[in-house]
Amino acid sequence: MPKLNSSAELEKLREEILSGRNSNQKIITLCSGTACHATGSRAVAESIELELKNQGLSDQVIVRKTGCHGFCERGPIIVIYPEGICYLQVEPENIPEIISQTIKENKILEHLLYVDPDSEEKITKETEIPFYKNQQRLLFEANIKIDPKSIEDYLALGGYKALARAVLEMTPEQVLEEVKKANLRGRGGGGFPAGTKWEGTRNTPEETRYVIVNADEGDPGAYMDRSLLEGNPHSVLEGLAIGAYTVGAREGYIYVRQEYPLAVENIDVAIKQAEEKGFLGKNILGSDFDFTVKVHQGAGAFVCGESTALMTALEGRTGEPRPKYIRSNIKGLWDKPTVLNNVETWANVPLIINNGADWFSSYGTETSKGTKIFSLVGKINNTGLVEVPMGMSLRDIIFKVGGGIRGGKQFKAVQTGGPSGGCLPEHLLDLEVGFDELTQAGSMMGSGGMIVMDEDTCMVDVARYFLDFLTDESCGKCVPCREGVKQMLETLTDITDGRGQEGHLEQLEDLGELAREVALCALGQTAPNPFLSTLKYFRDEYEAHIKEKRCPALYCRELIDYYIDPEKCQACQACLKKCPADAIIGGKKTIHVIDQEKCTKCNTCFEVCPSRFSAVKKISGEPVPPPIPEEERTIVRGSKEK
Amino acid sequence: MDINKIDQIIDGHNSEASSLIQVLLEIQSENRWLPRQALERISERMDVPLSRIQHIATFYKAFSLVPKGRHEIHICMGTACHVRGAQNILSALEDHTGIKPGETDLALKFSLETVNCLGCCALGPVIEVDGQIHGKLTPPETAEALKKYE
Repeated sequence: MPKLNSSAELEKLREEILSGRNSNQKIITLCSGTACHATGSRAVAESIELELKNQGLSDQVIVRKTGCHGFCERGPIIVIYPEGICYLQVEPENIPEIISQTIKENKILEHLLYVDPDSEEKITKETEIPFYKNQQRLLFEANIKIDPKSIEDYLALGGYKALARAVLEMTPEQVLEEVKKANLRGRGGGGFPAGTKWEGTRNTPEETRYVIVNADEGDPGAYMDRSLLEGNPHSVLEGLAIGAYTVGAREGYIYVRQEYPLAVENIDVAIKQAEEKGFLGKNILGSDFDFTVKVHQGAGAFVCGESTALMTALEGRTGEPRPKYIRSNIKGLWDKPTVLNNVETWANVPLIINNGADWFSSYGTETSKGTKIFSLVGKINNTGLVEVPMGMSLRDIIFKVGGGIRGGKQFKAVQTGGPSGGCLPEHLLDLEVGFDELTQAGSMMGSGGMIVMDEDTCMVDVARYFLDFLTDESCGKCVPCREGVKQMLETLTDITDGRGQEGHLEQLEDLGELAREVALCALGQTAPNPFLSTLKYFRDEYEAHIKEKRCPALYCRELIDYYIDPEKCQACQACLKKCPADAIIGGKKTIHVIDQEKCTKCNTCFEVCPSRFSAVKKISGEPVPPPIPEEERTIVRGSKEK
Repeated sequence: MDINKIDQIIDGHNSEASSLIQVLLEIQSENRWLPRQALERISERMDVPLSRIQHIATFYKAFSLVPKGRHEIHICMGTACHVRGAQNILSALEDHTGIKPGETDLALKFSLETVNCLGCCALGPVIEVDGQIHGKLTPPETAEALKKYE
């Protein structure tokens, strides 16, 4: 295929692709994102190929392995077109049935459909499932339709139309105006307006300029960017190329975590395809705009998600941040003006060029426009990736889209913004999600992690967890972060381990204030946030730990004890057999007792005790009741003899 | 590690100093750890002081300066796994293997590492052994899952 040299040639190719596609064609799409991969989508794919062959349908049905559909809770997911029938949690055993019934006979297999937990109604179409219905999937829409390794699939959906329009019909100034008007704010954490950043670079006198995709997604519990890059790499490339055209860059980099091998693979393929078609390289689409892209793999350092640290890493050195007296859009990679935006920000650019700034800003709030993808995880029913318009309330995201809390438990908090963010309590559930709204509440948007916590989560432990993470990930360059955050961690560990003292909270606040003011980069400056926000909203939990040596959530190991309620124990021996420390005394028809000396508090007995008995209890802040005397432990005919 | 293989990897990156991290990553993935001899060769061929290579090799998590066990266990300590009890899974792993994160046992059977998110939060708590995911684990199931590795 020769390179495309004009808009007309691109549209001709698109028509050829579309005319070769029959709208009645049977297509089986299978989610092959990393999460579904983990639940066995590869075995499902193999069994689809095999079964189609066995039933003589190989040349009549197209199998398309797509990127992430988002509903990771119920993966692997299959959608059958043109009907759009969606089957969830598909296993290889289901495939013969799916092929013989649904593909051949058009019969729907009810047992594989989604069942609405409220109405118990079975739902056939993916888009009708409440998880999807309440979303606004502008960016993710394409993920479920395309094979990430097929540029044809992307072109069939209108791909590279925005690039052609920008490069061939618009001046860089016009593109910049559009992005500024759309008020696209950075999706990586800070929410800095992309247009303003681009303009700074565009206005420098330097000849050499760079654009970078930050795909060093490191927040624990967040994987939106990976799914975009894995599932729709061309959309990111297209956005990046438009950005390069706007700011006058000739070279671009994609900095992607080495932990994301599938993303690296798909983006490599996409770059090659785009070069072949003339969307990258010399004289893009016949214009005088040249642009090349290289992939650089990160070697595992959270701090490299910080813009200056990332650039230092790209230069082949240790990823340590530098002071930002001069912003990196003026003096960045190799001291040249550099625009760095994250994956999701770049992927929004083609949408803005195709549909206009007015369309884009019709979604969202006054100051936060468009949609945002969140990674909705933790103690939630529908774990997965969700894309919602800015301004949706936390309550709607967690309960309407996310389906509420697992196991009917009570909601306690939602953590947003990763290690730089904070925990928001129940009374803030009606908060509209936007950059400024979340910051005002003491948290932040961050890159879009949203971790839901229930009554069993200890908020002091959550703060300790994030500081542990940050201590480990601090690059060590500046003292307030290297030493201050470490000291905060030690004090918090004292509190969760039962060594908390009066004055600890004040000391933590002082250290937090210091790091916030004088740390070199955002990692250190925001490190106190998880502590400060939990202290603000859950002070009672801190006080219970310090004053009463009690963990209200019954989580902190040093503050809890395990105890078997003799009234409830039915001597089933489940805990007795599983206890790794041999700390349970008992036997057949003999009520079990925990030897507190031997107990390592590993929680195994609590997990294995059948819920119909619920005999194993956790207690905190009170002494363990003495074991019942040996002679009273025998159970006769299911009832307890005393 | 074969010196020719090391040279081949260095040549693949045109011996540019800015590609240092990429070269180290390739050697790490090829050999599963970075032997001193490889670092010295890189220093010589790419004209980078050995101290800078050491700095990089100890800064980034992907690199190991000691040999790894036959089976690499990665336990996810991401927030989603944490709130679903990853700490108890880690204790179970430590009890079963006798090693702590960052260590390899003397028989070179297991290496244990913590990672910050494997990105399959729906399956939490999760461990990955030799690239294979074991999800929704309880401490007893964790010990069970390791039994099949020789």
